[in-house]
Amino acid sequence: MSRLGYLPLGDHLAVSAEPLVRALVRIPPVRWLLNLFGRVTSGRGLVIAVPYGWLALFFLIPFLIVLKISFADQLIAQPPYSSLVDVAEQGYVTLKLNVGNYLFIAEDALYWKAYLRSMQISFFSALICLFIGYPMAYVMARAEPRWRGVLLMLVVLPFWTSFLLRVYAWIGLLNNNGVINNLLMAAGIIDQPIVMMRTNFAVYVGIVYSYLPFMILPLYATLEKMDLTLIEAAEDLGCRPLKAFMTITLPLSLPGIIAGFSLVFIPALGEFVIPDLLGGTETLMIGKVLWDEFFSNRAWPIASAVAIAMLSLVLVIMSFQHWLERRAEAAR
Amino acid sequence: MSRRRNPALWAWLMAGFAFLYIPILSLVFFSFNQSKLVTVWGGFSTRWYSSLMRNEQILGAAWLSVRIAAISALLAVVLGTLVAVCLTRFGHFRGRALLSGLSTAPLVMPEVITGLSLLLLFVAMEQAFGWPAGRGTLTIIIAHTTFALAYVAVVVQSRLTGMDPSIEEAAMDLGARPAKVFFVITLPIIMPALVSGFLLAFTLSLDDLVISSFVSGPGATTLPMVIYSKVRLGLSPEINALATLMVVIVALGVVAAGLVLNQAEKTRQRDAKMADST
Repeated sequence: MSRLGYLPLGDHLAVSAEPLVRALVRIPPVRWLLNLFGRVTSGRGLVIAVPYGWLALFFLIPFLIVLKISFADQLIAQPPYSSLVDVAEQGYVTLKLNVGNYLFIAEDALYWKAYLRSMQISFFSALICLFIGYPMAYVMARAEPRWRGVLLMLVVLPFWTSFLLRVYAWIGLLNNNGVINNLLMAAGIIDQPIVMMRTNFAVYVGIVYSYLPFMILPLYATLEKMDLTLIEAAEDLGCRPLKAFMTITLPLSLPGIIAGFSLVFIPALGEFVIPDLLGGTETLMIGKVLWDEFFSNRAWPIASAVAIAMLSLVLVIMSFQHWLERRAEAAR
Repeated sequence: MSRRRNPALWAWLMAGFAFLYIPILSLVFFSFNQSKLVTVWGGFSTRWYSSLMRNEQILGAAWLSVRIAAISALLAVVLGTLVAVCLTRFGHFRGRALLSGLSTAPLVMPEVITGLSLLLLFVAMEQAFGWPAGRGTLTIIIAHTTFALAYVAVVVQSRLTGMDPSIEEAAMDLGARPAKVFFVITLPIIMPALVSGFLLAFTLSLDDLVISSFVSGPGATTLPMVIYSKVRLGLSPEINALATLMVVIVALGVVAAGLVLNQAEKTRQRDAKMADST
C-alpha cells in the first residue's frame, strides 16, 4: 500500500484520492469485501455474468416473447392474447401457431403503405441531411483548430435538449397561425396561410431537423482526419479545386457518408413522435402504426407481427450497410 | 497550407446553425409572451413561469422523471462499465461476440420495438412468477437502464482502449490483485468517461417518451408523457416555459461539464508529461 504514492500514476485524480482509498481499504468490512470481490473477479465469472444476465433477460428474451406473441390469437382478456401451447385432456400437448397476423399485415394495404412510406420518408430525409450536412461538416473540418471545438459543441448541444420539445417547437413555427405564416403575411408575401402542419413536408422538416447532427458528426470525423497533402499535391499538379474535391475528398469521405446515412435512415424508419405530432393522415409511418395497434386497438399479436416485420427490415438494411462498408473499405 | 475561406460555404454553415437553433430560440422567445395564443406576441410577461410553478401535475412528473433518470443512469454506468471491462480487458471468452452484439443492439433498435418487447416480457414475467407486480416506476427504471447501458458501454470502451496499459501492468507486477488494480488505478483514469456516460444516460432517460409509455402503468407518469399529452392537444405556453427552463439547465450543465472535463484532461496530460520526463 505504501508503494502506491511512488507509482507514476499520471493522474491527479488517483493521487488525490489515495489517502481516502488507503483509509477505506483498512476498514475490516471493506477489506473483506475487496478480498471476496478479488477472489471472484480473478475468476472473472461475476464480472461477465452480471451484465450478460441483465442483457439476456431484458434484451434477448423479450424478442423471443415478441416472436411468440406474433403467432398468438387475439383474445378479449387480460393480457389480450392466447397461449400457444395447450395441454389437452388426453395428455396431448398441442402447439398452435397462428400465422394469421402475418397474413393480415401482408394483405391489408395499410401496412404495405406504411412500410413504403416509412422507407421513402427516411431515405429522402437522410439524403436531405447529407445535402445540408456535408458542406457544414466540410467547413468545420477545415476551420482553424481552435474553432473546431466550439463548432462541434454547437452541433452537439441540441442533442442534449429534449427531443420532444424540439419537435414541439416546429408546431409553433409551422402552424397556420404559426411564426412562419405570421411573418410571411405581415411582410405581405402571402394573403392566406400556407398549410404546412400535418403534411409530409412537416414530417420531412422534423426528421431532417432532429437527425441532422447524426449526419454531421461522422462526416466531420472522416473529413477531419483526411490527409490534406493529397489535395495540395493534386492542386500543384494543376488540378482544379472542384475536380480535386470530386476525385479525392469525396471518395475518401465515403465511410463517413455511409455511417451518417445509416445513422439517419435506420432510426428514422421506426420514428413515432415526429409523424404523430407533425404528420397528417397521409403520413402513416410504421412506428406510428405499431403504436396505434397497441394503444388504440389493443391488438397485441398484430403489433408484435408488425414489430417482427419491422425488425427484419432493419436487419436487411443493416446487413446492406455492412456490405457497402466492406466494399468501400476494399476500394481504398 | 493554403487556408482559403470560402464565403459561400461559411454562409451555408451559419444557415445550418440557424436551422438548428431558431426553433429552440423561438420556444424561449414565446415563453415570455403575455398572450395565451403562443405564436402571437402580446407583450412581455413571466406569467407562464408562475403558472408552471403551480402546476402540480408537471412538477410531480418532473420529480419522478429526475428520480428515474438518476437511478437508471447509476445502474447503467455500473453495468455499462462491466460490459466495457469484459470487452476490452478479458481477451477472448466464450460468448464474447454475443455480449458485444447485445450491448450495441439497443443503439440501433427502433424505440417502439424495444418498448413493446420489454412490456411483453414484464407481462409474461408477472404471469409466471408474479414479479414485477404491475407496471410503474420499477419497470421504467429497468427499461431505461437497458438501453442506456449500451451508450455507457460505448463511451467507457473507447476510454479503456485509449488508456496506457503499462500503468495497470506496473500495479499488477507489484502484486496488486485485479480488483484492486481496477479500483485504485483504472477507475480514477476512466472517471471522465463514467461522468459523461452518466450524463448521457441521465438525459436519455429524462427524454424518453416511447419506451416509458409502453412499460409504464397507472400512477407512474413521467415528464415526457405529460408533455406529450399536453402537446397533442395543441400549443401551450406553459410547455414553452418548461422548455426554456430545461434548455437553460442543460446548456449550463453541458458547458460546466465540458469545462471540468477539459480541465481534468489538461491536468492529466500535464501529469503524464511530468511522469514521462522524470
